[in-house]
Order: sequence, then C-alpha cells, then structure tokens
Amino acid sequence: MLLRMSFRPTRAWALPLVLAGLLAGCAQDGGSGVQSAKLSMIQGRGKLVCGVDGKLPGFSFVGPDGRYSGLDVDVCQAMAAAIFGDASKVEFRDLNSSERFAALASGEVDLLSRNTTMTLSRDAPGGNALSFAPTTFYDGQGMMVPAASGITTLKALAGKPICVESGTTTELNLADRMREIGVAYTPLKFQTGDQTYAAYLGGRCIAVTSDRSQLAAKRSSFPNPGAHTLLKDVMSKEPLTPATTNADPAWADAVRWTVNTLIQAEELGITKANIASKLTEAKANKNQADLRRFLGVEGDFGKQLGLPADFVVKIISAVGNYGEIFDRNVGPGSKLQLDRGVNNQWTKGGLMYSPPFR
Amino acid sequence: MNPLLRRLRADLFATPADGALSLGLIALFSAAALGLVQWASQKAQWAVIQANSTLFAVGRYPEAQQWRLWLLTALLTAATGLSWGLLRSHPRADRDGQLWPRNDRLVLGLLAAVAVWLPWALRLAPALQSRWWLLAALLAATRWLAGRFGSHLSRPMLRLFPLVWPLLYLIGMVLISGGLGLMPVSPSQWGGLLLTLLSASFAILLCFPLGVLLALGRRSDLPLLRWTAVIYIEFIRGAPLITLLFLGQNILGFLLPGGLAPDRIWRAAWVLTFFAAAYLAEAVRSGLAAVPKGQAEAARSLGLSYPQTLLRVVLPQALRVALPAMVGQFISLLQDTTLLSLIGLLELLGVARTVMANPEFLGHNREVYLTLALLFWTCCAALGLGSRALEKRLDPQTLSRSATRP
Repeated sequence: MLLRMSFRPTRAWALPLVLAGLLAGCAQDGGSGVQSAKLSMIQGRGKLVCGVDGKLPGFSFVGPDGRYSGLDVDVCQAMAAAIFGDASKVEFRDLNSSERFAALASGEVDLLSRNTTMTLSRDAPGGNALSFAPTTFYDGQGMMVPAASGITTLKALAGKPICVESGTTTELNLADRMREIGVAYTPLKFQTGDQTYAAYLGGRCIAVTSDRSQLAAKRSSFPNPGAHTLLKDVMSKEPLTPATTNADPAWADAVRWTVNTLIQAEELGITKANIASKLTEAKANKNQADLRRFLGVEGDFGKQLGLPADFVVKIISAVGNYGEIFDRNVGPGSKLQLDRGVNNQWTKGGLMYSPPFR
Repeated sequence: MNPLLRRLRADLFATPADGALSLGLIALFSAAALGLVQWASQKAQWAVIQANSTLFAVGRYPEAQQWRLWLLTALLTAATGLSWGLLRSHPRADRDGQLWPRNDRLVLGLLAAVAVWLPWALRLAPALQSRWWLLAALLAATRWLAGRFGSHLSRPMLRLFPLVWPLLYLIGMVLISGGLGLMPVSPSQWGGLLLTLLSASFAILLCFPLGVLLALGRRSDLPLLRWTAVIYIEFIRGAPLITLLFLGQNILGFLLPGGLAPDRIWRAAWVLTFFAAAYLAEAVRSGLAAVPKGQAEAARSLGLSYPQTLLRVVLPQALRVALPAMVGQFISLLQDTTLLSLIGLLELLGVARTVMANPEFLGHNREVYLTLALLFWTCCAALGLGSRALEKRLDPQTLSRSATRP
C-alpha cells in the first residue's frame, strides 16, 4: 500500500495525513482510532469509487438524465455523504459478476455495492477475502402466481405446473424445497428467462419461480402487473451485501457503520424530511443522550471511524433512512412494488437490525 | 413490353418452378416487412428511446458541457461538406464530372429529411431540433460553397486540405476530454454513440500503421523482427478479444502501481487497437504477397532505395489489394466495441442494457435492440460505402484513365 502511494502525488500527501491522524489519536486517548489508509486515499482523491452492476432494475441503472439510481447506488451515495458530506462525490464503475472481486482486490473500486450474496467462501481469507458490511437487501427465491388464482402458500401448488429456467440453482432450490415440504408439482423447464416468463404469461403454468427482486422487476414489465402476486415463502437465502477487502479493517468499519446508520435512523424514525428538526431537537435537549450521540452532537463516533462528527446527519440528509431507500427503489414508491418482508425492521418482524450506536 | 418487366420475368419467373419459388419468397419477405412496420408503428412504445436519446448519443456526458460536442459535430459537418464539394469541383476519371450528380442530390435530400424528421420523432426540445436543421443546412451550404468556388483554390491549398481531418481529430479529442482552458470531462462520463465511435475510430486509426509494420516485420529477413511479429500476431489471434479486454481491465491494475494504469476506457481502446492490428497485419500480408516480386526488383534496379521501393511501389499495390479485407476488419472492429459493455463501459450496448434496467422502461427490449441495430447498420454501411468509393478510385483502370487525361 505504501509503495503504491509513493507513485502518486495525491496519495503521497495522504501519508502525512495518516501519520497526523495516528499522532492525534495517540495524543488524545491512547490510540483509540487508527485512520484507515484507504479512507485517507479516498479523501485525498476527492471522490469515492463504487462498483455497481449498472444494469439491474431497482438496484443500479442510469436514468435518462445520466444519473445513477437504485438501492445499491444509494448505499454508495450514503458512503460518499459520510466521507465528504456530499453524496455526489462518487464515481460509479459498472462491474460484471466475474470481474467484481478482482476490481475490489486491485483497488479499482473502493467499495463493492453490487447485489453480491454474502457467503462463507467470499468472506474467508482463504476465499475471496472480502469484508462484508451489513446486508442491505435480503433477496431469496420466491414464487409468483396470478392474483386471481387464490394461491397463497407453496403447499397450494400441489400437482400444479411451475415454470422454471432449467440448469439454474433456481431449479435445484425449487426441487429441494418442495421435496422438504412434501409437495409434488410439475416442473416446466425452459432454456431462457424470456421463454419462462412467456410461458407463465401464456398460462402454461400456474406459478413461476426466481429471485424475488427479479420476479418483481419482471412483473413490472407485464401488461397488467397488479394481476400477479409474490408468495410470502422464500426458498433460498441471498443476502445482498456491500463489501470491501479484508486488507483494511478500518475502512470496512466505516462502511459497516454507514449501512448501520441507515438502518438505525429508520428505527429511530429519523427521515430525510425531519433530520433538520431532529438535529435542532437534539441540540436543544440535553436529556436526549442517545439521539445526541447518534447525530454527533456529543461524543466522538465520527472520529473513532475516521469520519466527520456529523456523518450521520450528512448521510440521512442525502439519501434518507433505509426504509426510504427501500421504498424509493424497490418498494411501493417504485415500479417493482416489493413488500418489505424480511427486509423490515427487527421491531416489525424483519431482519434489519443495527447494533447500538454506543 | 417494358424492359424492367421483361428483366423481372427473365430473372424471377423463367420456369414455373422459378415462379413458385419467387412468389413464395416475395410473400414471406413482404409478410415479415409488413409485420415489422405494423409492430413499429402501432405496438412498439418508442418512449424508451425518446426519453433516453441523450443517453444513447453521448452517455453521461455532463449537460452543461454538451455544447462542445455540438461544436465538434458542426466542425465535422462543415469538413464533410467542404471535402465533398471539393471532390466534385475537381472531377476525376471515376466520376462523370458533374457538380451535382443525381446521387449527391439524393443523399443530401435524404440527410436533410432525416435531420428534420428524427429530432421531431424523438420529441427533442425545440432548441435541439433546430440545431439538427442548422447542421443539415450547414452541410448543404459548405457542399455548395466548395463545389462552386473550389476550382479557384490553388493546387497546394488543395493538397493541404485533407490535413483538416487529422487536425479535426485532435481538436475533437480536446473538445471531448477538455483541457486547454476547457473543463475536463473524465472518460468515465463518455458513453453511448460517442464512446462507440471514439473507441472504434481510435483503434482503426492506430491499428493501421501498427498492422502495416507488423506485416512488414513478418516478411522481414531479420529473424528477431520476424519472430517478434509472428509471436505477437499468433498470440493475439490465439486469444478471444473478450479475454484480452478482461486482461487489460483487471490484470493491469495488479501489475502497475495504482494511478499509473491509464483510464479503463483508454485501456479498452488500446486493447482493441492491439487486437485489430494483429488481424490487419495478416490482411496487409496477403496484399504484400499479391505484389509480384518483379515489382520490387524492378524498382531496386532503377536505383530506388528500400524505403522508396516500399512506399512508392510495393505498399500502394499491396494496400489496394488488401483494402476489402481491411475494411472488413474495420467494420468488425466497430462491432467489437459492443464487447466493451461486458467490461462495464457504457458504450451503445452498455447504455442499452442500463436503459432496459430502468424500472420505468422494463420490457421494452425490442425497441431498444432495434434502434441499436439501426445505429450500427448506419455506421457500418457508411464505412462500407466509403471503402467502395475508395476502391473505385484506387482501381488501376480508373487511375490509368485519369492519368491519360490531358
């Protein structure tokens, strides 16, 4: 890392910054925070480079005005807001699935926010050696049926034809899950996704299965999207998670707590709209210690992470909380119309849970 | 009987079997064409193209800086009009010497019609629509001007005029990327047709000299040179382009210290160049092989030096023979740029894929792909037409006729 830095002026002057950070950390409380080299480099560069898919409905795509949007994109923008206080200071790199880890490892991108499923082998030092932030979208294989069919559970599909793309993990998951719950069904297999959905729309099968986010995206392109529903059952685990490399744990922490900020803000009811008034409230009322610490009015959470003290305020002002991001990109506020399901707050029976900001 | 009808009858309906076959094929093609027209005019929803037309044209190029691209387009249009007019005002044997041949009027009329209709159909802002009309008018005006007054130009001026094109390329590069007082626009913001044409033209321009050198190297008497060329050509030809592109994108980052590796768009453009050069070298080599040995020997015995022999006698003949193969290479290079979308660059296909992922426009793949096909066809057809005109001009028969002309 140091060797690399010396080749580039912008990075070279990040070195004194690191040292200064180190010294400042030592001087104050005996070395509580070590400034991440990656973070210093990003600050020196003046922008965050974020790897996204770029071609995935609801997660990342370029709009007619040339702006990126989507759930994955908002995570990148939250990170940029946390570092620079400006969500626009991020450069997006479209990465395909085969090059994404190489791009992260070679330093082409600082952060991978590209619908990547967290798995053991990707996390482990002996595998892809990634460091995963908290999951931003729990995807999983779902089932879509016509609303008029009245089917609400997998069991009700007994003896019915189900459309599935052949030779995919989707097909295997379906078989495993149905065998587990003891439901006999008739698989109708097709070579391509287009054929599969065409057959479903043509009425050749009563249900079609794929990842829930994909089903929702496909549904929004149907002639009458409202006539199709996704069953509540989820047949596989696809936790889509932002990732950094193992090489810089301090940087990974900054990313982790940026994602946690989004989740925690929703739990506390802090939104893009009310962040200003919440901040005034926190500043005025000394008794709201939790809120004051969260918003950086007191305490040094920002400094411990190497971020500005008010990073939470900047993040929420820029992109809103997790619930807002979800709604806007894949939820009711979007064409995808996905319900929160397991992506709801833990207080509402979902999996979105931020450890305490303490 | 009308000669056209007689011709049709002889060609298509000579025997009953011929007639049946012709009728069947005509029915098939017209049904397909009718279906396409019906779909395009009634069922297709072109809003996806209308809303994203800027994205298709220039990608994420910042709106405030797009005037630079308009300026560049205007310069290119003016240069085209001037070159066109000058060619007509100085008739050569390959043309009938008219200032306004029928084809020219036809092409100009067609371009003007497209310039009026397409911006309207795309529902561009009125300001943008009028810019396209101005461009069409500019083309017609420069074409007329050069045709009318071109014959007054002195010969050295005429000789120097083609230098406008490389100069324009440099100016274009500055206009696109910024610098010299212009706000820099990072390559990551280039996209759409702009990126496709830029990467293709970059690769085409640079692979040509590289390919010629490689071809000469392969035929060289010096073993080191020969083997270097052979190994290079065989290595590149032995690897699929997509592999090389991935190599350029991902491995270079590991090999070179961060920041030293050029921007990924330039990396991709260089990979395209190196790839095309290897294939071009083989096309040029086939041209070199077609030049009889006697030509070089005769040139040498006349006292020409080796470079003179090469540049004045051998290469002109070799390149003329290799031209069709080279143009084929250029066209396929233009189409190969679509592979850049696989390494995450937003060239035409990349833009198309991201547009199709916009939840607002899901399910409009057919409209998008048809537009893409039309765009590519237009570019490739232009290349093909240009090369045919060039072939005709370089044809020895034409040349000899023009040489004997007083």
